[in-house]
Amino acid sequence: MRRGSVRREVVVRVDADTAWRVVGRPDVLHHWFPGIVDCRVEGDTRTVTLGTGLALQETILTNDPLQRRFQYRIAGGPFTEHLATLDVVALGDDASLITYASDAAPATMAIVLGGATAGALAELRRQLEAGEGPALAAVAAVPERSGGRPAGPRPAGDAAHAGAPDRPAHRGGR
Amino acid sequence: MGRRILFVTTDQQRYDTLGCNGGTLSRTPVVDGLAAAGIRYERAVPQSVVCMPSRSTILTGQHPSTHGVWMNGVALPVDAPSVAAVLHRAGYRTALVGKPHFQPFVDPFGRFAENGLARAETTTTESPWPDGTTGPHRGFDHLELATHGPFGPLHYARWLTTTHPEAAAGFYAVLDRELEVNADGGGATGAPQVKDNPVPRDWYHTDWVADRTIAWLDALDDGDDWFCWMSFPDPHHPWDPPASELGRVDWREVPLPAGYVEDASERERILDAKPRHWRLWYDGALVSNFEAPARWVPATLTPDQVREVNARNAVEVELIDEALGRVLAAVAARGWDDDLDVIVTTDHGELQGDFGLLFKGPYHVDGLMRLPLVWRPAPAAGVAPAAVTGPVGLVDLAPTFCAIAGLPPEPWMEGAPLPVDDADADARGHGCALTEWDSELLGVDVHLRTITQGGWVCTTYGPGTVHDGTEGELYDLADDPLQRVNRWDDPAARGVRDDLVDDLRRRLPAPRTPRLPLDAPV
Repeated sequence: MRRGSVRREVVVRVDADTAWRVVGRPDVLHHWFPGIVDCRVEGDTRTVTLGTGLALQETILTNDPLQRRFQYRIAGGPFTEHLATLDVVALGDDASLITYASDAAPATMAIVLGGATAGALAELRRQLEAGEGPALAAVAAVPERSGGRPAGPRPAGDAAHAGAPDRPAHRGGR
Repeated sequence: MGRRILFVTTDQQRYDTLGCNGGTLSRTPVVDGLAAAGIRYERAVPQSVVCMPSRSTILTGQHPSTHGVWMNGVALPVDAPSVAAVLHRAGYRTALVGKPHFQPFVDPFGRFAENGLARAETTTTESPWPDGTTGPHRGFDHLELATHGPFGPLHYARWLTTTHPEAAAGFYAVLDRELEVNADGGGATGAPQVKDNPVPRDWYHTDWVADRTIAWLDALDDGDDWFCWMSFPDPHHPWDPPASELGRVDWREVPLPAGYVEDASERERILDAKPRHWRLWYDGALVSNFEAPARWVPATLTPDQVREVNARNAVEVELIDEALGRVLAAVAARGWDDDLDVIVTTDHGELQGDFGLLFKGPYHVDGLMRLPLVWRPAPAAGVAPAAVTGPVGLVDLAPTFCAIAGLPPEPWMEGAPLPVDDADADARGHGCALTEWDSELLGVDVHLRTITQGGWVCTTYGPGTVHDGTEGELYDLADDPLQRVNRWDDPAARGVRDDLVDDLRRRLPAPRTPRLPLDAPV
């Protein structure tokens, strides 16, 4: 089976910590990723629902606020292999580079993810540079900490769902 | 009341598949009759040889560099210019029935409006228009959409799998389980993308497109002006027409096409004289684009497989001709025929055995670049029948629709209304067509720019995975109608080559910036 590897990136005129506050929040993905209409986080597992109704289960592998790196793996669905990596890289004090890489088999799905993640990064940039938008609002509704500092150990069995601010959001530092 | 417009496209059809163009395999009396009463174009050239860029050119009247759909899988922005919107604003009722493909079909995220219409059980949606207003999607107030089978989110697939679910399994699966273009063979010869399909003819997408077109026309008032784009998904692969119709053309009796070189060593010598990707694909050493099965090696293609593919293609062409005949009869029954313009064409061609190849890709030769195009002007317009011998482009269609409707071409259109004969073509400066190819797929990129002019086809290559940017192709269409002798490096043709390259570079529009993203493989 052919596998594919694609990377999309965007330069955003906000500092890296500001960008990371959204990128590092797995529970708010559907607020900045067009085509994902819902996401729920339970421990290391995130379930996303796509615009077609297809539900995909993901395993969160890395959520590292020091490197500002977030990785997850989609299991099942049309995928036989998958790894996504988001990095937020500071470009001075007032800009950052956000990359979103997708390695996948079948290769077709890597290409599809490339298109979807390009759209997501464009929307993320729009919200970050505007200083407002549903993703920023969701983050603000459940503030966990500021400044991109690492979270403490995640309580077992915690769950998060954006739009449900009375529930704690998962911050899986590991 | 103005002139009504029935615009008929097929998908991936060669020039030589129509009787009026010398084809002998298919019986196409309906289109032949339109050609006899109208204008037949002998050198209609697409601005891209794959679906999405070419269809975007038809709709926008722009070259790929301008509208930005640089390869299959790149979505045409919803607010892109649209001739359908121009006609809608002028009071026309507007419909697209059949294959759209302005947005990718592979869309698990549900990002694209055209894929969501059937799921929402609707036939249009409000979308932004380029002037900042909103209106029906791309200017069409009715879209009933189909593609090559029962798979996917479009209206035909939904209709078939809902009303006749047992029929779905009879179709060939265009993609395999790994979501690649399927290489599985079938039929009597094991040819790729061939399958015996037990679907009743009435349920096949060709007749569905005609049925839904007639239903839309039936709902119009007698006094309505209308523009209907009837877009048949065939004869694009898979070659799985209703099995009941296969007896129309016995594949064993099908002659090998002129473009097929029977002797393998001669075939390979010809391929070796072209830029490297030709031979690399033939040998299965390079997959540069998604449109052909990645696992299929063209060198394995047998003469009998070419015969069977061509036979099934001919059956599909006949079914389209008959479906068009039904629609024209329905139009005539409404008393509209005298004011009706009919334009029949396709988005691009098919190699269909030429050089031992099938399908399509970065190969700018007649199999993919010489298209059927017939315009039967409204009889009331009194246009004399003619043949136009010089190049015209699909980019000329949008301004032609405007001219038929009595509207000036929009400033964003890059073509000109089609000429009605050679003298008109000369007087209005027709005689040149540009074609572009760009692809970047999984680390492999290919870039071609082509000019068809003065009896020559000249292709330049940009730097890419297997090209250094100095390669080219140059064919004399009069002396070498099968494009077997690449004269790019022929000193005797150097002057012609240099003039054509200069003209090509002068005429090419500047590429759209920023470049639109690739959203899917197709």
